[in-house]
Formats: sequence, C-alpha cells, structure tokens
Amino acid sequence: MVLRLNTPLDGETARELRIGDRVELFGDIYAARDAAHKRMVELLAVGEDLPFDIRGAVIYYVGPTPPRPGRPIGAAGPTTSSRMDPYTETLLERGLRGMIGKGPRSQDVVQALARHGAVYFAATGGAGALLADTIVESEVVAWPELGPEALRRFSVEGFPAVVAVDAAGGDLYRIGPERYRARDKVLKMGDDTRE
Amino acid sequence: MRRIEVDRITEAVAHLATESNYRLDGDYLATLRRALDEEDSPDALPVLRDLMENAGLAAEGGAPLCQDTGVAVVFLELGQEVNLVGGDLRGAVDEGVRRGYRQGYLRNSVVRDPLLRENTGDNTPAVLHVDMVPGDGLTIWFLPKGAGSENMSRSAMLRPADGRRGVMDFVVDAVRLAGASACPPLVVGVGIGGTFDMAPLLAKKALLRPSGSANPAEHIAALERDMLAEVNRLGIGAGGFGGRTTALAVNVLTQPCHIASLPVAVNLQCHAHRVGKIEV
Repeated sequence: MVLRLNTPLDGETARELRIGDRVELFGDIYAARDAAHKRMVELLAVGEDLPFDIRGAVIYYVGPTPPRPGRPIGAAGPTTSSRMDPYTETLLERGLRGMIGKGPRSQDVVQALARHGAVYFAATGGAGALLADTIVESEVVAWPELGPEALRRFSVEGFPAVVAVDAAGGDLYRIGPERYRARDKVLKMGDDTRE
Repeated sequence: MRRIEVDRITEAVAHLATESNYRLDGDYLATLRRALDEEDSPDALPVLRDLMENAGLAAEGGAPLCQDTGVAVVFLELGQEVNLVGGDLRGAVDEGVRRGYRQGYLRNSVVRDPLLRENTGDNTPAVLHVDMVPGDGLTIWFLPKGAGSENMSRSAMLRPADGRRGVMDFVVDAVRLAGASACPPLVVGVGIGGTFDMAPLLAKKALLRPSGSANPAEHIAALERDMLAEVNRLGIGAGGFGGRTTALAVNVLTQPCHIASLPVAVNLQCHAHRVGKIEV
C-alpha cells in the first residue's frame, strides 16, 4: 500500500511513519544540496531568516539537469544524503520535518530525527527521468548563481519514496540488508535439509 | 597516413555525450532485466522496477537517465598512422563535451579548482586518456562518470603475499563500505597490477568492457565469478535496502607489476552504467 502525504508534513503524520512504508508526496518540496545547505546554515548563524518557511517542510537533496523547453525540470534524482549530515540538526531545530535523498545517514542524524519527530525518505537513486515526471512546477527560490545547486521550490504530484529512517529510530539501510542476509541464510539452510 | 579532421572528433564526442546519458546499452539493460526477474527481496524489487521504467522514459528523450550526468571521461585509441588536422586534440574533445552537454540539456558538474570550487559552466575539461596503437583507426569511448559511485572507489598497494585472497577481500570490502551510496546494483571495475597510478586506470578501463564479457585469462575469469558471488552475498541489494543483486558484474583487468608490488584498485560504477563508443 502506498501512503499519500501532503506537504508541509504535520507532526503527527511524520511520527507515525515507519521504515519500509512507501509514500507519494503531494505539494511543495524544496530542492537543496551541498552549497545551498552551507548558505542556509550560514544565514541562521548570523540570525537571518531562511528564504522559505522551513516549518514542516520537506527538503529534497537534488541538483537537477536543466529543463528542455516546455518542461519544468530535467532529470531530478536524489544525491547522496550523508554529505548533508553536518547541516541537518540545525535545520531540524528550525522545524524541518522531512528529507529526501539516497544512502544512509549518520547515527547523529538518526538520533536527531527521533528527537525532532522528523523522517528521512529515500528516493530511487539514478531514476532521474522517472522522478522528474512527478515534478509539475519548479522555481528558483534563492541563489541562482549556484546553477544546479540553487535553492528551488518543486511542486510535486505523487513523488514516490520509501521511509528509510523513521522518528522511532528505525533505519532501513541498516535493518534491510541484515534482514535479507538472515532470511537468505534460513533459505539456504532449508535447501541443505532438503538435500 | 590517414588524415582526420579534429572536427569529426568534436562531433563524435558531442553525439556520445548526449546519447550515452539518455540510452543504456541493450545488453546491459538485459542484465538489469535479469536482476529484476531473479530478485526476491520486497525492498529491492520496487527499486529495480523503477530503474527499468526510468530507462524507458529517458530513452524517449524527455530527461537524462540520471541528474548526475558526470565528469566526461574520454578514452581514445589513436592509430599511429593517423594525422590529426584542423586543430588540437584536447581542444576538439573539450569542444565536443561543451556542445554535447549544452545540446543534450545535461548538467554542468565540473569545478575549475578543487578547493575554490567555481563551476566551469560547460562541463569541461574532459578527463582524457589517449592510447597510441598500431594502424590508422580511431576509437572513442565516452564514460560520463557520476560522483556517487566514483567517491566510493578505492585503491591500495597490497603485499604480493596477500595474493588472490587479499585482492578479493579488498574488492568485497570496497563494495561493503560503499553500501547504498554508490547506487547499487553496481558494475565493479577492478585493476590489478601495474604501478600506483596504473591500477586505478585499469579499473576504470575495465568498466568499458561489453556486458556479459569475461576476462580472456581463465584464472582471472574465475576470480571475476568468485568476486561477483562474494559481493552478492553482502545482501546490500538494489538501492541498499537488502536484496540478491548488489553487483551485476565484476570486470577485472590486469597488468605486469614489480616483483615487490601488488597494486589493486576498485572503480565502482552505479546502475546508470553509461558507456558510448564510436569508431571514427
């Protein structure tokens, strides 16, 4: 079953999500990667406001390709999330409630998500064309000089993702492969018995 | 001597840049399809289905396969009886990259200075490797290399006594450490031998090998099979959520080396395994 989620995410919904849940996102999400994260954290450090309302927001770690004429965006798959780990808690403190990326997060981030009742979604890495198909609108919110790293607002309809780290401390990147290896072992033992 | 205008190299590189970023090789796609058919993990299956659907959508031309359209890695096999005219080779290749990335709506992902990090704005320069070979042929390979998998690649100088087992452990460990971040299912390029600089180059060249090919030396082909089996026992799976296929292939290239050395390198390639080739 696929859960339909609207953004901004409300606190209760975020806390109820569990790893492995498949979701489709509807509404606005914010595209930001390395350079935009650095700038956001620098703004906050000098007491300035962010260029968008981060309360309940979902940030998508992505640096898209330029759009063909007539399209809102080019390929737009997730980038490796761990590079954003150092910035994450600062943003969670300001009300960030969801992130979309690929690959595991640090233990610090996993614990911070639990403290703040936030959730980390994984989108399929490398599925840039497929994911772009759910982005119906794109606008640069800040820092156009960063090119593919500019801060963008995407309007999405049915953006597919899976809950990879939940607000209860569950981590699909750790548990998933462990579970598969354990099951694989049981299956192989079953084969041995039959022989 | 055979005269080749360098403009033809520019055109070929521009074509390959666009083509390889939108369309996966048919044999490679068949390998991916087989991984989907054989997968039994409910967490990996949706990822593999996404990848097949993504390949179809990209081939229709709306958007590239992946937003990381890579650093342009270009390999040239240049016959020594070829006379290049009309400009310099490096300039011709970079012009091809510039054109291809603009015409194909590809992402500019290169910074001029590794510390100052200002984008060059046209994805140049290419990483260019030229091999002089006998004859009057010219073959161009184009490998748009994304950073997700490149960042998880590794090399080491092992001791000769570490031998086959040592090489095997190093490769499997590289894949384990890369985990989900390199975008599995992977193609694993391995270079063994040469010198400190040569092993990683062999590992990258190993990625150019056609899908389904094996190293011609039987003991190396056996090593490839054993490495693939061991890598897939890691259970990382497509997307890193647990599954049967962590790697689709392990390609090994070897070269003679010093009596005291055993260089080894692993160049990981994500499932968006984009390789283009043209003979000019």
